[in-house]
Amino acid sequence: MEQVIVNGAILGMNYALIALGLTLIFAIMGVLNFAHGQMYVLGGFITYYVVSQLGLGFFVGLIASVVVLGLVGLLFERAFFRRVMRTAAREESTMLLAVGTAQLLESVILIVFREKQRSIPAVVSGVYEVFGMYIPAGRAFVFGVAFVALVTFILFMQHTRPGRALRAIAQDREVSTLQGVNIDRYSALGFAIGAGLTGLAGSLLVSIFAVNSGMGTSISIKAFVMVMLGGAGVVSGAIAGAFVLGFSEAAGYAYIPGQVTYLLIFIALIVFLALRPHGIMGKPWG
Amino acid sequence: MTTGRRIVGALVAAVAVGLGLSAEPAVAQGKVLKIGQIGVMSGPAAAWGLINKYAAQAQTKMVNEDGGFDIGGTKYKVEILSVDDKMDPRVAIAGTERLIYEDGVKYIIGPNVDEDSRAIIPVLAKGGAFNISYGWLRELFSPPSTNTSLGMIAGYQSAPVIYKYLKDTKGIKTLSCLPRNDASGLDSRDNCVAAAKELGLKILSSDSTYEPGTTDFFPVVGRVIKDQPDLLVLSGVAPADAPLLIRAARELGYKGLMSTETAMDAKILTEGAGKGANGYISVGGASTPDIRTPYMERFIKEYEKVAGEWNDEAGTKVYALEMILQTLRAAGPEGITNVDAFLKAMPKVEVDNPFVKDKSIKLKWIGDSYFHQTRQVRVPMVVTEFQDGSFKTLFIGTVE
Repeated sequence: MEQVIVNGAILGMNYALIALGLTLIFAIMGVLNFAHGQMYVLGGFITYYVVSQLGLGFFVGLIASVVVLGLVGLLFERAFFRRVMRTAAREESTMLLAVGTAQLLESVILIVFREKQRSIPAVVSGVYEVFGMYIPAGRAFVFGVAFVALVTFILFMQHTRPGRALRAIAQDREVSTLQGVNIDRYSALGFAIGAGLTGLAGSLLVSIFAVNSGMGTSISIKAFVMVMLGGAGVVSGAIAGAFVLGFSEAAGYAYIPGQVTYLLIFIALIVFLALRPHGIMGKPWG
Repeated sequence: MTTGRRIVGALVAAVAVGLGLSAEPAVAQGKVLKIGQIGVMSGPAAAWGLINKYAAQAQTKMVNEDGGFDIGGTKYKVEILSVDDKMDPRVAIAGTERLIYEDGVKYIIGPNVDEDSRAIIPVLAKGGAFNISYGWLRELFSPPSTNTSLGMIAGYQSAPVIYKYLKDTKGIKTLSCLPRNDASGLDSRDNCVAAAKELGLKILSSDSTYEPGTTDFFPVVGRVIKDQPDLLVLSGVAPADAPLLIRAARELGYKGLMSTETAMDAKILTEGAGKGANGYISVGGASTPDIRTPYMERFIKEYEKVAGEWNDEAGTKVYALEMILQTLRAAGPEGITNVDAFLKAMPKVEVDNPFVKDKSIKLKWIGDSYFHQTRQVRVPMVVTEFQDGSFKTLFIGTVE
C-alpha cells in the first residue's frame, strides 16, 4: 500500500507537469493543443541532444528545452493560431489546425532525431528504501523540481501583472480587452509559457523515462484526460486531474489485473463526466 | 549530416513524409529489379518499419555497388520502393495495391505486425505477389495462405529454447510473463505461458499487462515482481519499452533474470537502463561481433550511412532481401514476374549465410513443422546477453 502511495504521488506530479501547459493554452486561447504531446517529446529530445550529444549539463539541457519550446509556442501562436482565429468563422478550424501542427511536429522530430528511443542517465542516482518503500533518487529529484516549478507557476499567475492579465483573459476575453489588456501580446505569452512548461516536463522526464518520436499522441491523450477530469482551462483542476489519474493508475496496476486497469479508468471518466461534465474544478458556465 | 542541417531540411521533408511514399533514386542503367517494402514508419512503432527500410536500402546499395545481382546470367540493379502503412490495415491494403499495380512490384518486405500482414493476404493472392512478413501469427504462413513467409524467428519458437537454456544453466524454477496490452503482446504472453508449462516451470504471474504508450512502469512492474520470480519475461516487448521496464524492476529491488524473445538495440538499453540491463537476454540477428562476417561488417557501415547510426535490431532484418534475391536466382528470370516460379524454387534454395561466420548455418526456407509448408526464412537464433553496453552471444540455435 505504501508503495502505491509513493508511485501515485510521483506519477501524479509528473502528470501535473504535463497537463499544466495544455490547460493554460486552452484557458487563454480556447484551443485544445493536439501538438501538446509532440511538444513534450521535442522538449525531451532537446535535453537529450544537449546532454548526450553536446556533453553539456542537465540544467543547460533543461533551460534549452524550456526556451526552445517557448519559442515554438510563440511561433505557433503568431504564425498559425492568431491568423486562423481571426479569420475562421468556425471553431473547428483551430482544432484542425492543432491536429495539423501535431502531425507537422511529429514528422519534423522523426526526421531530425530519427526513430530510436532516447533517454539520459538519472540526474541523481541511487534508490532510497524507506519503510519498505522504494524511492529512486532520480524520481525524487524530478518530483522536487516539478514541485518547485508548479509553485513558481502558481505564484506567477497569482502575483504578477502578466499572470493577472492571463487569468483575466482566461475568464473573459472580451471584457479583458475593454479593460485594456493587450490580448495579442498576452495570448502569445500564454502560448509560449504553456509550450515552455511542456518542454520542462519533457526535459525532466527524459531523465527517468525516455522519449521517442511517436509517443506524442499517447501523451496528449493522457493530458486531455487529466484536463477534462480536473476541469478544462482551470490550472488547479489540471493538477487535481493529474493526481487523480496518477493514483488511479498506481492503485489500478497494483490491485487490478493490468488488462482492465485503463478500461476501468476510462469507464470511470465517462461516468464522472456524465454526472459532472465540467470536471472537478471547472465551472458549469465554462 | 548534422542535426542543425537536418532541422533546416526537415520542414520541407515533412511534407514528403506526409505523402507516405519514398523511393531510392532509380538506377540509371541496366535492368532493374523493383522490391517493395511496406511497414509502419510513423507513429509510436515507427522504428520497426524504418529498420526494415534502412536495412533494405543499405543492402541494396551494396548489391548495386557490386554491379548488381546475377539472375540467369543477367545483372539486375535493385530498387527499393517504400510505403508507410501507419500500422493501419486499410493503409496496408492501399499501399500493397499501389506497389503491385502502380509500381509493378512482385516481392515485398513487410509489413511488421499481424493485423497488417493478415489484411494484405488477399491483395497478394489477387495481384500475384509475395511478401516476407514480420507478423508472427501461424495462420499467415499456413495453408491456404501461400504467398506470405515469416522473415524472422517468432516468439513461440525462441521462448522454449531460451527458457530451457536458463533452466539448465541457471536453474530457474519460476517465471512471470509481462506483456503489453495489445494483440501481439498478449499472443507473446500466451506463448510464454505455454512454453513455461511445457518445461515444468512455475508461473507466478501472467495477468498483468501495461498499456501501449506507458511511460512510467513502476506500478505495473511492482506488482509483477512482488513474488520475486527467478525469470521475468518481457513478452514481445518493444525495444522502446524494454529499458524502462528493466530500470523500474531494478529500482524496485528485483535481482532475478530478465529476458525477451524479440530483438533489442544495445544503445537504447544502455541509455535507458545502464548497468541495470546487464544480464538481459534477447534474440539478436547477425550483429554480435564474434559471429559476423566481413560482409556483415560492410552492411553495418552502409546501414550507418543510411540511418545515421547502427541499430542491433537490423541484424535480424538483414535476411529478407537476401532470401528474395537468392530465390529469384534459383527460379531464374521467370521468377521476376511469376511468383509461382518463385514458390516452386523455394525448396531448392540452400546457400551460405553471408552474414555469419559459421558455414554450417545455411540460408534456406524452412517452416514445415510449424506451418505445414516452407514459409519461413531460416534466420539463425542468436541468443544474446547484454553486458556493459554490448551484446554477447550466449548460443546460436536454429529453427527447422
